[in-house]
Formats: sequence, C-alpha cells, structure tokens
Amino acid sequence: MTDLERSASAGDGHTDIDVANPESQYPVADPGHPEHLPRLTDIDEKAADRATRQVATMFSLVPVLAIGFAVVYFGLSRTMYVDFGFLHVNLQHVLLGTTAGLALLLIGVGAVQWARQLMDDHEMVDYRHSATSDRDDREYVVRELQKGTEESKVTRRKVLGRSLIAALAAMGIPLIVSFADLGPWPTKKRRAATIETTIWSEGVRLVNDITYVPIKASDLEIGQLVNGQPENLKELEGTEFQQARAKSSIIIVRMDPRTIRIPASRQDWQVGGILCYSKICTHVGCPISLWEQQTHHLLCPCHQSTFDLGNSGLVIFGPAARALPQLPITVDAEGYLVARSGFTVPVGPSYFERDSRNDFQEGDN
Amino acid sequence: MARPAATVSDAPAVQADTPKQELGPVFKLAAGPSEYLDQRLGIAKLSRPFIRKVFPDHWSFLLGEVALYSFVVLLLTGVFLTIWYTPSMAEVEYDGSYQLLRGLSMSQSYESALHLSFDIRGGLLVRQIHHWAAMLFLAAMLAHSLRVFFTGAFRKPRELNWLLGVALILTGLIEGFAGYSLPDDLLSGTGLRFVDGLVRSIPLIGTWAEFFVFGGEFPGDLIVARLYMVHILLLPAIILGLIAAHLALVVYLKHTQFPGPGRNETNVVGYPIFPVYMAKAGGFFFIVFGVLVLMGALMQINPVWTYGPYNPAEVSAGSQPDWYMGFVEGAIRIMPNWESHIGGTTWSWNVAIPGLGTMGLFFGLMALYPFIEAWVTKDKAEHHILERPRNNPTRTAFGVAAMTAYGMLWIGGGNDLVATQFHVSLNAVTYFLRVAVFVMPVIAFMATKRICIGLQRSDEERLLHGAETGIIERDPSGAYSERHTPISQGEAWTLTQHRQYAALMPAESDPDLTEGQLQRENLRRRASRFYFIDTLRKPTRAELEAAQHHGDGHGEIEGGHDGNGHDGNGNGHHSIEAGATTSGSIPSQ
Amino acid sequence: MAFLAARRRHPATRALLLLLALFIMGVLSTLLAPGQQSSADTGTSQQVAQGKALFAVQCASCHGLNGEGQVTSTIQGPPLAGVGAASVEFQVGTGRMPLAKSEVQAPVHPVRFNETEIAALAAYVATLGPGPAIPNPEQYDTAGVSEEDVARGGELFRTNCSACHNYEGGGGALPGGKYAPSLKDTSNIHIYEAMVTGPQQMPVFNDDVLRPEDKKAIIAYLDDLHSRPNQGGLDLGGLGPVSEGLWAWIIGIGGLVVFAVWIASKGVKAK
Repeated sequence: MTDLERSASAGDGHTDIDVANPESQYPVADPGHPEHLPRLTDIDEKAADRATRQVATMFSLVPVLAIGFAVVYFGLSRTMYVDFGFLHVNLQHVLLGTTAGLALLLIGVGAVQWARQLMDDHEMVDYRHSATSDRDDREYVVRELQKGTEESKVTRRKVLGRSLIAALAAMGIPLIVSFADLGPWPTKKRRAATIETTIWSEGVRLVNDITYVPIKASDLEIGQLVNGQPENLKELEGTEFQQARAKSSIIIVRMDPRTIRIPASRQDWQVGGILCYSKICTHVGCPISLWEQQTHHLLCPCHQSTFDLGNSGLVIFGPAARALPQLPITVDAEGYLVARSGFTVPVGPSYFERDSRNDFQEGDN
Repeated sequence: MARPAATVSDAPAVQADTPKQELGPVFKLAAGPSEYLDQRLGIAKLSRPFIRKVFPDHWSFLLGEVALYSFVVLLLTGVFLTIWYTPSMAEVEYDGSYQLLRGLSMSQSYESALHLSFDIRGGLLVRQIHHWAAMLFLAAMLAHSLRVFFTGAFRKPRELNWLLGVALILTGLIEGFAGYSLPDDLLSGTGLRFVDGLVRSIPLIGTWAEFFVFGGEFPGDLIVARLYMVHILLLPAIILGLIAAHLALVVYLKHTQFPGPGRNETNVVGYPIFPVYMAKAGGFFFIVFGVLVLMGALMQINPVWTYGPYNPAEVSAGSQPDWYMGFVEGAIRIMPNWESHIGGTTWSWNVAIPGLGTMGLFFGLMALYPFIEAWVTKDKAEHHILERPRNNPTRTAFGVAAMTAYGMLWIGGGNDLVATQFHVSLNAVTYFLRVAVFVMPVIAFMATKRICIGLQRSDEERLLHGAETGIIERDPSGAYSERHTPISQGEAWTLTQHRQYAALMPAESDPDLTEGQLQRENLRRRASRFYFIDTLRKPTRAELEAAQHHGDGHGEIEGGHDGNGHDGNGNGHHSIEAGATTSGSIPSQ
Repeated sequence: MAFLAARRRHPATRALLLLLALFIMGVLSTLLAPGQQSSADTGTSQQVAQGKALFAVQCASCHGLNGEGQVTSTIQGPPLAGVGAASVEFQVGTGRMPLAKSEVQAPVHPVRFNETEIAALAAYVATLGPGPAIPNPEQYDTAGVSEEDVARGGELFRTNCSACHNYEGGGGALPGGKYAPSLKDTSNIHIYEAMVTGPQQMPVFNDDVLRPEDKKAIIAYLDDLHSRPNQGGLDLGGLGPVSEGLWAWIIGIGGLVVFAVWIASKGVKAK
C-alpha cells in the first residue's frame, strides 16, 4: 500500500474504519473509468465543420464590435440620450459598453465552444502524490539541519541566538513608535477643545442651513421643523467648516406646549414650545431630521434610533443609548432665536473616557 | 513538489493516441525565441509538470475563477481610474458639465469622480465596471467558500488554503469599503461617519483610534487620501500575495474532485490544461469580463452625482453600505441600546458588539471550523474526493444555519427598505429580527439535517431497490407495484464512495490517558455522536446482494418489507449497540 | 364732535360702540396676526356653497358636518379649522382623501373629484378658519429658474427633505408602518402644498422660514432630476446599494453560474 493509499484509508492508529477489511469501506467495487462516448462532432465531419464555422463566426464578429466601439467613442455626441422601453439612458455610455462587452463575451463563448465541440474530450488520469514529503527528503533535511546547527555553534554558545532574537525583537520598538504621529493625541485637553465643544455659545443666532437666514420665533408654526446652523458657521471654510458643521448642526421644532413634557430644569431652554436639539445622532453620528409632526418622534435613517423630542430627546427605540442633546435657546431683542449657551453635553457618539451616566435620563427633571 | 508523480504519459486506461505530427507554422515561429529563453530560464523544465496537468470538470469549480477574474478586471479598471481620480479633500467649487451641482463647493475627490463620469468618454463605464466587479469579487468568494464548505474540501490537506481564503474574504471586504468611500459622496461619507462613531465607541482605545485614523476630528482632511493608499497599494498587494499562495496550493495539492466511476483518493480525472482548460478557463475569463462590461453598460451603480457631495449635516433615507457589509449594518441596527458605565468610563456595547463582534464571530468561526471538525472526527487522512452535502448532514446543517443567521442580519441591514417595500412596520421588523437571528438558524439547522437524512434515504432506496421507472405492474392476485430498474454500477459506486464516520460511545477508562485527557476524549466522543449518530450507514455488500436477490422476485407482494429501512427498525440507520468498549466504534457490518 | 356728544345717551349708542369696537379689533388682528395668508379671497360664495354640499356628503362622516372633527377608536377625522385651502387641494388632489379605511397613513389613491369640485371643497374648508391658501402658479412653475438656483435647490433638498424622502425623492420608512412617499410622480403644486401644510407626519415648512424662492428651487431641482435620463444605465429602482447587491447576485452570479454550468456540461453524445 502506498503512503497515500494508507493515509487515504485510515488515520494514525485511531481508526474509525476497519482497515483490515477494506470491503467494509467500499461495498460496491469501482467499475473504472466509463467508456468514452463520442460527440456528434467527433463522428460527423459536417457537424465538426458547422461547429468550426460557429466558432470562427463568433471570433470574426469581435473586430467589428471593436471598431464599432471606436466609432461610438469618436463619432457619437456625449449628450445624446435614448428612450427605449424603460431604458432612459445616455446613448454613448450604453453603446460603448455593449460593443465592448459583447466583443469580450464572444471571444469567451467562442473559445469555450471550441473546447466543448472540437477539442479532444478524452478524459485523462493523473496520479496524486501525498502532500507529505518523501521519507528520504525529510530525513535528509533533518540531518542537514542538525549538522548545520552544530556547525553554527549556536547550541553551545546559546547567548548568540538569544541576543540575536532580543535584538530583532527590539527593532519592533522603532517600527511601532514611528506611527505615533498618525494623528493628534486625544488627551483630556484636546478632547475638550475638539469633540467636546461646538461653535455654539451665548448669543449666537440660529439660522437656516444653506441660506443662513435668521429665524424669528413668531415665524414658526406648531409642527414646523427647521434644519439649522449657528450663524458664525459661515465665517469658517474648508476642513474647519466641515468639522464644525459635523457637530453644530441643529434642528428646531415647534410643538404645542400642552402636549409635551418640559422638565423644570429646561423651562428656560425653550420659547413657547420651540425647542432646539442637536442634529447629530448619539449612536454613531448621522444627521437626523426625520421628524414626525404628530408623534414628536425623531427617527435617524441610519440605524433607526428614535428620540422623543417632546420628552427632552430621550431614546424610545433603536440602538442609541444617550438622549439627544438639547440646545438652550431664547429670543433676542428683535425676536430672533439665539442660543443661551453652548450644548451642556458633548454632541455625537459616546466614548470611553466620558461617563455619560449623568446625561438626561428618563424621569429626570 | 520535489518529484512529480506519474505523469500523464504514463497513465494507463483512457488516453487519446496522438501520432507524430509535422510542426505547424506557429511552432516553427516560436522555435527560435523558445530556444533563447530555455537557454536562460530553463522553461522546458519549468513547464513540464504543468503543461498537461489534469483538472477535474464541474461547474461549481468555476466559482473561484469568477472571483479571480473579477479581481483581474478590478486591477485593469482600477489602473484606468487612478489616472483621473484625485484623492484630496481640499474644497473646490464645481464648474463641470453636470448642471445640477454647478456652483456648489465639494471636495476635489468628488469633483474628480464627477469629471470622470461626465467628461471622460467611457469614464463612467469603467467606473461602473469596477464597482460591479467589486460586488462580484466578494459574491463569488462567498459562493466559492460555500461550495468548499459544503463539499468538505477544507479537510486535510487543505486547511491552510481555507485559512488563506478566509483572509481573502476579510481583506476583500475592507478593500471594497475603502474603494467606495473614495468618491466622498453623501452616501459613502455617511458610511465614514458611521465608522467614525464606531471606532470612537471602542472601549479603552476609541478616541485614540478615531484620532489616529482620521488624523484628528471627523472628517478632517486626511481620511480620503489614507483610504486611497490602502485601496490601491496596501490591500491589493496583500490580496495578490494571498491569491498567489492560494493558487500555488491548489496546483501543488491538485484540485479535489467529486466521487464517480474511475475516481478515487489517489488520482485526478479530467482534462489537460493545454489545450482544453486554457480554452475553457481562458474563455471563461472573457465571459466574466464581458458580463461585467455589459453590467457596467446597462445597470447604473453608485450614481454619485445624485447623492451629492458629502455634507455632515445631510443624509438620505435608505442609506446602506454595499451588500457585503450588510450583515454588520444589520447587527448594528437590531442591537439593543446597551451601554454601561464603570468607574468614570462608558462602555458602548450597543456599537462595539455588533460593529466588531459580528465580523469577529463570522470570520473566527469560519477560520476555526476545519479544525473543529478535524477534532471531532479525529480524521488524519488526506481527502481528495469531495463529499456530497447530504452525506455529512450535521456539517451541511451548520452551514445552512450560518447562512440563515447571516441572512437575518442582511435583512436587518435593509430593514427600512423591507418596511417600505412590503408595507410593514419598521419597528416590528427590528423586533422580529432580534429574535429571529437566534431562532431561525436553529430551525434551519433542524430542517436541513432532516432533509439531508431524507436524501440519504432516497439514495439508499436507489441502491437497494433500484430506480423508480414509473411503470406500474399488476400481478395476478390484483396487487399493484412499481417496477424498479437496478442502477448502474457506476452510480452505485458513486453513492457508496463517501467516507463513513463513526459515532463513538463514551470511553469508561483507558490506561494510556490521564483523567483530564479522558474527559476531553469523552467530550470529543459526545461531539462525534452529535455529528454522526443520525447519519445513515452505507449498506454492506451482503445487504446489497440480498436486496438484489430480493429484487429478482419483485412483482410479488412483499410482506414485511416496511420500505423504510433495511434493518427493520423503521428508521434506516444503525442504532448504537449496547456493550460497546473503549475502542468504541460501531461495527460497520 | 358736538353732534356725537349730544347723542351720547342715545339708545343705539351701545350697539354702535360695540360694532365699532369689533371692527377695530378685527382690523388690528388682521394686521397683527402671524404670517398666515387669509383665505378670504379664495372662493366665491357659489363655490363655497357647492363645497359645503360636497363636504356634507363626502367628508362629514369623519370630519363632522362643520369640520369640527371627530376622533374615536374607529374614526380618525381631525378638525379642519385652520388647515386652509392648500391642505384640501393637496389631500383631495392627490387622492389621499376621502380615506377608504382607517389606517396608519393615508395612501395615494386615484383622485375622486374633478378640478372644480376640489376647488369648491377647498373654498369651503378655507371658510372654517384662516389657513394656507392654494399657491399661485408662479410659486411652483419652475420654468426660468436659473441653473445656480437649481443647484441650490439640490442642497436645500438634501438638507431638509432627503432624510425622509431619500436622495432622489424615492421615499423612505418612518416608524410604525408609516412612510415618506415617493416624489417621482408628484406634481409641483402638491410638493409646494405639502411643504406648506405638513400633511400627517410631515412637518410644516412654512413660507416665512423656507421662503417661496427656496421652495421653488427645491421643486425645480426635483423636476430636473426626475426628467433627466440616467447617465449609467437602468437605475435599478433608485434605492441604493441594497438593490445593487440584489442584482449583483441575481444577474452577476446567477448569469455566470449559468455560463459555468454550460462550460462544464458534457453535451449531447452521439451514441
């Protein structure tokens, strides 16, 4: 029995199969390779010619399509559109793709058809070898390794090997340390200056996002939603602008004060039922403005966290764990909405270093 | 690979006779250059083992090729895209040909994506081919890994190749995510925002990881350029290395094959690489490429111009990542909002568990499975004949259960679309999935196992009683019966070629093992019983002969033949015999 | 002045003073009321009468004979005082009203009434209380909107609307089985009216905050977007990566598996 046959039929002594009785493993004998049946193209010359013509035709269409591609590329207007059934698409794009795609497909189909119909289809048999190396290879290698190790003197003078390993391992330090400036370090001070603060502060006006038009309290109806920003956002630009906007975005909603719960601590955070909340979800930071006018629920489209804006932004469904931060607002002398202060808690997702257990909870006042 | 085994020319049995031929024009032309190269590279010695290497033929063996060819298409189209793409988050005002965005400020990377899509002829085509190829790359890898799993091709000696495959899927997933975040449009920017929140919420190191990845606060001005580097340099290099190792192992170990006449554990039956596989596999490359180009031409994907440039204050309803991240998205959506506060710190389980745990669990289990199964069966033999899924019902059931759990999370990832398309409540879908992700896999496991055993029974029926002909006979006494024809020996061989594993009884004592080792051995035996107790055993030669003999007299009423199983206890499989010893294997006769 | 003073104890004085006071209060309240368009100018008395008659037959069973509303376990007919003509034109004009059965959200149905009837209903309901009026065509007619404004409309749409209605107005899910409907087949006037009236769960975006020119820009953006051909092929529903993944599996893997089966098949044998 060859090594492979032995390994194929049993394990190392812990056999589940009765090796002594191989018939128990194979109750039916292998009938051997089935007889080769010829294809039509093998016995009928005309059929073979037909198949040849098929393949040749497929291949010959390819240059036509390739040239077609070039014609479409240079000849067709970039803005032409086609309306064909429910296809309402740019013509050049579709034609470039279909010519090239069909050309490639025809090469492939032709080659496969050639193999299936015309190439000799006698199955062949090859023999496997065990994945394990031959015995004498293994013995040779082990022997030579032992010899080489002895010749290197490392077994007698162990300090050589050990100090080498220590030296190589130590090079890990410069490697790892080199990445320490990948980003600024979020120390307590830096956190306070970045993720824990926004550009909101006392007296900053609330304005419409995009248009920067300021908002008068009297303009808002019950059931109204405004996507807003702080007025001073328009002074920023570039990266600073984006970073500020990712935290300062707000939504302003007006609800009937008789239908919502305003806790005692937040009585002066609102103006006649006009409340202002952070737009940034406390789950992983998507902006939320899916507000249901009648239920007062705010749904984040990313992972469906739902906040009750009529109850201090508490989470009522979904994976968010913290209430939505509320911005204290009031009106200025001209009746425009302004912030009373910045946010009292950081906006956006929670993080390890900040214990959020004292954020607004159910039952707080 | 020190010495190739018996080459094809030494192979007995079937082989076409090729008479000596006159060299054609192609060979004559190639003679000179070949000689030149051989004198410097030894190409004849190199090509000898490969030139007529035999590959077995089955459609499911082409799934891995779909993945490979999709990757080649990704490389080709990717190089094209790098010529126009600008990996910069610097702000510019758009002044291109897409009027609906003119005058708006956007990042340079978004602007370059728009420029490529509208102003470069064929640019959008190549972008779309690239994206479809990425989708197919991952889909094909998953389909291929399912084929490998269900046929047991990961068993010795291919466990390492399986691990390479798992690494490929993981790397491909991250590569895809990095890729679709490059245009910096609203949808992918929302995805980056999600990643920012996810990273931030990791216990202990969250803010550090966040600041290191983004170079500061979100969004910063570095992330797109960093993802670009990862996407065109780091991960493609890793993927190419993994693919090379993966293919090298396939060549060295030779491909597995399905059971059948003339096939056994010591041979490979199929067609030679040159010319048949060159044509079939090479042709398939062009077919895959062609299908991808046609998809890129006719099916719009990732229309970044309608999403608009990324704005952290904007979001679209129905925002999802690409399909292969769907299972993580689903886990994040259905997770309850658990957060704990310990000392002065916050531990955001609601994000960390689904965000990191889902991938960890999925890839971890995938990677470990071959070793778990090897431990259960204690099978040290090499396996080159594939198992039909029905012959290993527990493994197949585990596979289907895993697919079901994955599928539940997938549905969770699109729960808002499920709600709108099927007119159901979003909240109800989420609550349902919280339960279903645990319950449905169990149900799937049980159902699959039973189906496999049923299929094993029908195989047994064919072996013992032959195939149903559909011809009903009536005998003189008035009874009806269906005539069966015996199946061919080839089919009988195929149906009985699989390896039979034993369900072991617990060992009472063993002088060679310590107490601890004995306990572990008994645990292993319990696992083997769980795996194999319900599997039907193959009929023995004696039983087959008896059934044939019985079948000769077919046509009479067969009293006492319950038609259910051949040992009379109605359920077809061999029950555990009492009084088994520590060697514990159930006798196979 | 002497004329009035001499008659200050005239019996009719009280009545006249009352009338004067009412008149002054009416003028003052009209001038000082928050910016809601008065609906007094939307209908003739004939329209109102026709509307009232229609209302009594078609709407009163849920909304009450005088639009006072009734909310029971089976009937959800909110009061209509103050909803304005715009609400009626929207709800009835899109076929949401009359509601066939009580459900979590009124879906779009085939429209039951013709234009005259809708105008009549709107005129009647407008008399129940001041509310938003039906917008003028120039408010929602998007011909002539500049390219710059269309682009700005896109930004406004993505900031205010896409969170519910999706990036191209394809619609989206709300909690509890409700949904933000697709805008692809919604006419311009109805988009305007929906923003102004805030139907069902949709919030109000009145003209004081989201100015008429902003609304027009949004509508112009949607018009342009929906009439554009797709640059890259079939748009697969406009639902984003979920449908893309579905088709990748079905057409991509499915199609290639079909090819694979063909490639590996043995084909017809001659014997």
